[in-house]
Amino acid sequence: MVVVVNGRDEVVDEAATVGDLLRRFELAPVRVAVEINRDLLSRKQFDATALHDGDRVEIVTFVGGG
Amino acid sequence: MMRHDTYRIGSFEFTSRLFVGTGKHADFETMTRCLDASGCQVVTVAVRRDVLSADGRPRAGNILDHLDLDRYTVLPNTAGCFNADDAVRSARLGRELLDGLGNAGAKWVKLEVLADRKTLLPDPIGTLAATGKLIDLGFQVLVYTNDDPILAKRLKDVGATSVMPAGSPIGSGQGILNPGNILLCLEYLKDGDPDYPVIVDAGVGTASDVSIAMELGADGVLLNTGIAGARDPVTMAAAMNHAIQAGRLACLAGRIPRKRYASASSPMDGTIGPTAPPAGTV
Repeated sequence: MVVVVNGRDEVVDEAATVGDLLRRFELAPVRVAVEINRDLLSRKQFDATALHDGDRVEIVTFVGGG
Repeated sequence: MMRHDTYRIGSFEFTSRLFVGTGKHADFETMTRCLDASGCQVVTVAVRRDVLSADGRPRAGNILDHLDLDRYTVLPNTAGCFNADDAVRSARLGRELLDGLGNAGAKWVKLEVLADRKTLLPDPIGTLAATGKLIDLGFQVLVYTNDDPILAKRLKDVGATSVMPAGSPIGSGQGILNPGNILLCLEYLKDGDPDYPVIVDAGVGTASDVSIAMELGADGVLLNTGIAGARDPVTMAAAMNHAIQAGRLACLAGRIPRKRYASASSPMDGTIGPTAPPAGTV
């Protein structure tokens, strides 16, 4: 299935979770915050949250800013 | 003396009155040295999409590898948001990040709802709406706003923890364009509530701008480009550190009134030359 991650299509396994997605991109869970379909996801739910076809996922972190 | 000059913003207490942004630096080492030289205790950051690369290429460093989270309270901003809903989303993402990192900055947010890419001026309607929503979500909201005294009061009335009027547009370096309005903001916000924190945010071009904001009676100044864009950012950061303290002390000490004519500092009696010519005879 295909999910949209940070605006880019990504093909993932049927049973993939948010945690799987973070591992694919080598992202430490403590360094990111995640939204699915504009809803904030608690980091405790990363591994328990299954992705669904067409989900729009935002994975954000901090950058320099004023 | 300055060590004991503490002030409160919501549940936070600080001694340094300089808030320093982390954007636009050439590299993280320069940023780190600037933050150190500035003496700041609060640093602002932005929330952005992470870089996704699983192809083995080294990832550009993350700012979190370079910020001492035990030393600095992080103030996440909602910069780049052009409507209230996106600002609320950004604030919640920032809080989630800081919660996970164990930084006290999870409790607050610097709200920016911008109207226009050219000026980056705040959208007053969206800003007011987002302030209310974020307060409902439990945030202590520090609101970047125009130097409009009426809007400033409205933002305080809905529960903003601090109102942060702009000196001039973000990154413009134009300094405090309308000191009269900043004074009115201070007057309206501090009426009957002298400890209400007001931070001048944006527009600082050089150290004297910081001093001027503090001399007007602001509780602090938030800046980024004034340091990061200087020819020598670390030295400018030190200058800003001195300027914030100079301005604060000058505010406490009280400037003399402006007078039309001179007032001699040395006695005019007992001079060895002739007495000064009378006014108007030059």
